[in-house]
Amino acid sequence: MWKRLRALIVKELLAVWHDKRTRAIVIGPPMIQLVIFSYAATYDITNISLAVLNEDPTPISRELIARFEGAPAFAEVVHLSHIAEIDAAIDSRKAQVVLHLGPDFSRRLMAAPPAPVQIILDGRRSNTALVIQGYANTIISAFNEDWTRDHGMAPPPARLAPRAWFNPNLHSQWMIVPSLMGILTMIVTLILTAVSVARERELGTMEQLLVTPLRPWEITLGKTIPAILIGLGEGTVIAAAAVYWFGVPLTGSVGLLYLSLLVYMLSVIGVGLFISSLARTQQQAVLGAFIFVVPALLLSGFATPIANMPEWLQMATQANPLRHFLVIIQGIFLKTPPIDVVIEGLWPMLIVGLLTLAAAAWLFRRRLY
Amino acid sequence: MTPINTRSGRRRRLLGLVRKETVQVVRDPSSIAIAFVLPIILLFLFGYGVSLDATDVKVGVVVEAPTPETQGFVNTLSNSPSFDVSVFRHRTSAENDLIAGRLKGVVVLRADFSDRLGRGEEAPIQVLLDGTDPNTARLVQGYVQGAWGKWMEHEALDRGQPIVVPVAAEARVRFNPEVSSRNFLVPGLIAIIMSLIGTLLTALVVSREWERGTMEALMATPITIFELIVGKLIPYFVLGMSGMALSVGMAVWLFEVPLRGSLWVLFSVGAVFMVAALGMGLLISTVARNQMAASQIGIVAAFLPAIMLSGFIFDIGSMPVLIQGLTYILAARYFVSTLQTLFLVGDVWSVIIPDVLGMAAIALFFLLVTARKTRKRLD
Repeated sequence: MWKRLRALIVKELLAVWHDKRTRAIVIGPPMIQLVIFSYAATYDITNISLAVLNEDPTPISRELIARFEGAPAFAEVVHLSHIAEIDAAIDSRKAQVVLHLGPDFSRRLMAAPPAPVQIILDGRRSNTALVIQGYANTIISAFNEDWTRDHGMAPPPARLAPRAWFNPNLHSQWMIVPSLMGILTMIVTLILTAVSVARERELGTMEQLLVTPLRPWEITLGKTIPAILIGLGEGTVIAAAAVYWFGVPLTGSVGLLYLSLLVYMLSVIGVGLFISSLARTQQQAVLGAFIFVVPALLLSGFATPIANMPEWLQMATQANPLRHFLVIIQGIFLKTPPIDVVIEGLWPMLIVGLLTLAAAAWLFRRRLY
Repeated sequence: MTPINTRSGRRRRLLGLVRKETVQVVRDPSSIAIAFVLPIILLFLFGYGVSLDATDVKVGVVVEAPTPETQGFVNTLSNSPSFDVSVFRHRTSAENDLIAGRLKGVVVLRADFSDRLGRGEEAPIQVLLDGTDPNTARLVQGYVQGAWGKWMEHEALDRGQPIVVPVAAEARVRFNPEVSSRNFLVPGLIAIIMSLIGTLLTALVVSREWERGTMEALMATPITIFELIVGKLIPYFVLGMSGMALSVGMAVWLFEVPLRGSLWVLFSVGAVFMVAALGMGLLISTVARNQMAASQIGIVAAFLPAIMLSGFIFDIGSMPVLIQGLTYILAARYFVSTLQTLFLVGDVWSVIIPDVLGMAAIALFFLLVTARKTRKRLD
C-alpha cells in the first residue's frame, strides 16, 4: 500500500514539475509577490503632501508650521495664498491635508487662547485622513506642551504614555509578511489541488488512475501529500525571508510554526480537493477556487479587522482557515503565544480540513465520471 | 464566396463571430455567473465585511484604586462610540487578554492616580496598544487621546480651573464628513470586482478554447486576427459593463455611497477600464493556453495586485518609490483613483483625464501584444 501511495505522490510531483508552466507558477510568482507585497502593503502613512495657508506670518505661527515641515511623515509643504485655494488643493489631490492659520492666530495665542488651527482633510481616503489627523494632533500637542512649559503655565494634570506591545515601532511589515505566509501558500496550493482532479477528469487520465489498484482514499491522500510538501516548502521560504530579510522577530517556537502551517495546509487542501471533486470541468474548478479565495482573502482580517464586521459575518469567518491562521502566525512571530491561544485557532482549521477531505473522498467514490 | 478584404466581408465575419460568442455565453451559465452573480455576492459580502472604521473596539481599563476621578475617566472612555470598555482591577488579567488578542488596548490607571492628581503632580496614564495591527493601534491611540482631552476639560471645569490649551485643532473632513471607510472602500471594491470579472471572463474562456482545440477551428476560418480579437471582446465587454451597472447600483442603493459625479463619465471610464481588463485576460489566455496556468496567472497578475497595489486599501503614496512606479502599469490603480473621486467629489477633470489616459495606454498595449502573439498558426 505504501508503495502505491509513494508512486502516486512521485507522479503528482513530477506532473507539477515537468509542466513548465505549473513549475514556473509554483516558484516564480509567490517569490515576486512576497517581495512586492511586503513593501507595498503598508499601513504607514508617509510622504504626506501638506499645504499651508498662514494668514498671520509671525515668528510664532512660523514656528508651528516649521514643526510640521520638520516632521518626517510630511513630505512637501506648499504655501497657499488665498482661502479659495484650499478646496482646490484638496480636490485636485495636490495636497492631502491643508493647515489654515487665521489672521488673529498670534494675537489669540498670546491674549485669548486657545488659538484655532483648521485642519482640512481629504475624506476620499477616510482612513488616511484619520491617521493624518492623529499625526497633526500629536505635533500640536507637543507644541502645546513646550509652550505651556516655556511660559510657566500649569502643565496638564495627567499625561498619556502610549506604548505599542509586540511591535513597538508599528512596522507594517511585521504584520504583513507573516500574513503573506498564509495568503501566498493558500493561493498556490488551493489552485493546484482544486484544478488537479478536474483536470485529470477532463483530460481522461482520471480513468486511468481509477483502473489502478489505488483506492479512492489513497488517491485523495496521494493528491494531498504533494500539495502539503509544496505548501510547506513555500511557507519555509517566506518565514525565512521574514526573519532574515525583514527582521521580523520570531518569538514562538519553530515547531509550533510548522505544526500550525501543517494544519492550515490540511484545511486549505481539503477545501481544494472538495471543490475539485464537485466540479465537472476545469473551468468550474477554477471558478470554485476563485469563489473561495476572494472572500477568504478579503474577510480574513488581513486588510481589515474582523472586529469591524457585523456579528453574523464574524461568525461566518470561523469557517475560514486563513482567518485562524493569521491570528496564530502573527502570534507565533510577535507575541510568544500561550499554547491555549494557539490551540483555539488550530482546532477549527482541523475540523474544516477533516470535513472537507472526508467529503472529497466520499464524493470521489460516487462520481466516477 | 465573400472576398476577404471587403468591408461587407469583414462585417459579416465579425458579426458571425459575435453571434457565436453570444450564443456560447448564453448557453454557458458560468459566464453569466461571473458577470452577474459574482459581483452581487462579492459586493454584498465585502460592503458589509470590509471596514476600517474603529467602532466598539474592545479596550480594557485597569483601575487599581477606584475613585471619583478614575470613574470620570472610565466614563469618558465608555461614552465614546469608539470603545467597548471592560474594567479590570489587576493588570495581569488585562495584559493576558491583550496577548490573547481579546483586547486591542489597555489603559492603566495606577493606584496613586488620584493622589497624584490631588497633589498637583503629573499622573501618568499608561496606554498599551496591540501592535500586531498597526492601523488599529494608531486609531485607538488617537481616540484615547481624544477621550483624554475631553476628560481633562471636564475635570478642569469641575475644579473651576480653566484649562489652558494654547493651540486647538479643528478638523474638517472634505467629502466624507462622517469619515466612513465604507464610502471609500466600496468604490475601490467595484474596481476590484471589475478586474476580477474582466480578467476571469476572458482568461478562462479563451484558454479553454485553446485547450479544447476549438481555437484551431477558428483559425482555419478566413477571419483575421483583428476581427478575432474584437469579436471575442464585444460580448464579454457587454457582460462586464452589465456587471458594472449592477455593482454601481448596489453601491448607491444598498450601501448609500454618494455618487456626486455624472453617470456618463462613470460608465465611460468604466468602459475604458473594462477594455484594459479584458485585454489583459485575452493576453493571459493567449500566453497560457491551459486553464490551470491561466487561472494562476490571472490571480497573480490581476487580482492580487488589484487588491494590494491599486490604492484600494493601502496608500500608494506611502509605498517605497520603486513599488509606486510599479503601480503605474496597473490599470486598477487609475480606476480606483477615479472611482473614489467620482463617487465622493464629482467630475474633477484634473484627476479623471490623466487616469483615463493611463488606462487607455494600458488597454492599447495589451491588445497590441495579444494581436502579435496570436498568430494564425496551429502550434
